[in-house]
Amino acid sequence: MTTDIAKLENSALELRRLALKIIFQAGSGHPGGSLSATDLMTALFFGGILRYDTSNPKDPKRDRFLLSKGHASGIHYSVLAKAGFIEVSDLDDYRKINSKRFLSGHCHPKTPGVEIASGSLGQGLSVAHGIALGTRLQGFDSKTYVILGDGELQEGQIWEAAMSASKFKSTNLIAIVDFNKVAQDNITKELKDIEPLEAKWESFGWDVHRIDGHNMNEIMKVLKLPAHAEKPRVIIADTIKGKGVSFMEGQTAWHGVAPSKEDYEKALKELE
Amino acid sequence: MKDAATRDAYGQTLVDIGANTDIVVLDSGVSDSTRTKKFGQAFPDRFFNMGIAEADMVCTAAGLATTGKIPFATSFACFLLGRTMDQVLVSMAYSNTNVTLAGTHCGLAVGEDGPSAQMIVDIAYTRAIPNMIVIQPADWEETVQATKALVDYEGPAYFRLGRPKVKGIFDSSYKFEIGKGRVVKEGSDLVIFATGTMVQESLVAMEQLANENINVTLVNISTLKPIDSEIVVEQTRKHGRLITAEDHNIIGGLGDAVGGVLLDNQIAVPFTRVAVNDQFAETGTGPQLYEKYGLSHNHIVKAVKDTLNKK
Repeated sequence: MTTDIAKLENSALELRRLALKIIFQAGSGHPGGSLSATDLMTALFFGGILRYDTSNPKDPKRDRFLLSKGHASGIHYSVLAKAGFIEVSDLDDYRKINSKRFLSGHCHPKTPGVEIASGSLGQGLSVAHGIALGTRLQGFDSKTYVILGDGELQEGQIWEAAMSASKFKSTNLIAIVDFNKVAQDNITKELKDIEPLEAKWESFGWDVHRIDGHNMNEIMKVLKLPAHAEKPRVIIADTIKGKGVSFMEGQTAWHGVAPSKEDYEKALKELE
Repeated sequence: MKDAATRDAYGQTLVDIGANTDIVVLDSGVSDSTRTKKFGQAFPDRFFNMGIAEADMVCTAAGLATTGKIPFATSFACFLLGRTMDQVLVSMAYSNTNVTLAGTHCGLAVGEDGPSAQMIVDIAYTRAIPNMIVIQPADWEETVQATKALVDYEGPAYFRLGRPKVKGIFDSSYKFEIGKGRVVKEGSDLVIFATGTMVQESLVAMEQLANENINVTLVNISTLKPIDSEIVVEQTRKHGRLITAEDHNIIGGLGDAVGGVLLDNQIAVPFTRVAVNDQFAETGTGPQLYEKYGLSHNHIVKAVKDTLNKK
């Protein structure tokens, strides 16, 4: 294991603690889906993948990041704070009225570093694709990354966008499926099975990769791949909902519930 | 003055101003009917036919807008809005992206395709969305100017356009301005506030009324939101009686917008709303439907007379 990978893993641990802290402080939020996406977002923001400048968050040549599964805002804001788009102290008013940085339950572009509002599943891939088309028209080599939830793939619009991106050969678009297998009221498979997922994306004309979404080596390796010559890319990342906190892992119950003080303290011990 | 459908003016104007490389046009598989096809032929790199997928189109337009492009997302009004409430609310309006939704084939004027193709709730729906402005031009000239104004305007907008050829009302001396109503013709007995095709319908009615020595003022309300409350108040106070006329359901459209202005200003005067009476219509030609469902010039004549007789 290289020191870089170890560093990223440490950052991911720190971000898990921070995300849980702000959800605990807010008294509401979505811990499960925040923890499943943490390693992927850590790699994107701190592994040298995404190009961004926090002193110029609207730089037209930046790479874009969208969290289509917007309920995982706890980890999104934590990442934005660690990256320097907002202050760590701003996180204190996450989900609170008069929030200085508009840290709503689901993100909005009033917060620096956020590209588009989220909160309704299924829209992010289309928006990301629009951005990819726009930056390509401008002649920039920007890439647009979007994290989708697995439950979200049950939305028909995802597949409309999947057809569009292959039609327009949008090779600057990278979708990452946070495949944590658990939705709000049921496991995804029982709610409505989305498998066979690789075959689905392949048949829609995408360059498909499948990785362990908690293995930093694998994540970095796939994110560093050069763009496909003519296909948009999807990375299916097998993840665990609530990853890192034993009693939250794989549990629908931890989709949208903040931990009690006791559970929060218990969780922190596991994330040291 | 040119007689043509407002969709024709929209399509032609996009081509005429298409050298502006910020303009991008999206369609969802009906570009021949919406008249965006010509833009696609002239500027293929900036034309995105998204297929029959309106939700994807609206969100793609929102994404394009965040990169500084000026997207016109176009389809038949019934599908453009009917399919995309959620996308319009979140990715477009709440995100405050600079997207214009251009919905053609609005109202009963569509005709034979029937109620599933006759969009009569779009003004109600788009007016109710924060950040959105709503514009319905009445003729060729106004559509040309409004299309250009929407290029310069920054923010989410709904542009309501029609299928049938309509009579030209304005020449190049007309000045369209977002948020401004305009007096088309001055009279003394009553004021009609009309929008879209109902401006032409009102003009026909006014000829009939003139033969009976009834002379009314006609105001074109092309910006339905934000409504020009100044002209509504001024003209209503001046005439003391009014009617509104729109090819839209009676709930949530121009009549309600004008009524809201009157309520806010404590103005209680005789007032009749000419609109679709909260029902789905049927198949038939546009003029037949206007006659049967209460929108034709004959109905406007009757509404004017009834309103003049109201105490």
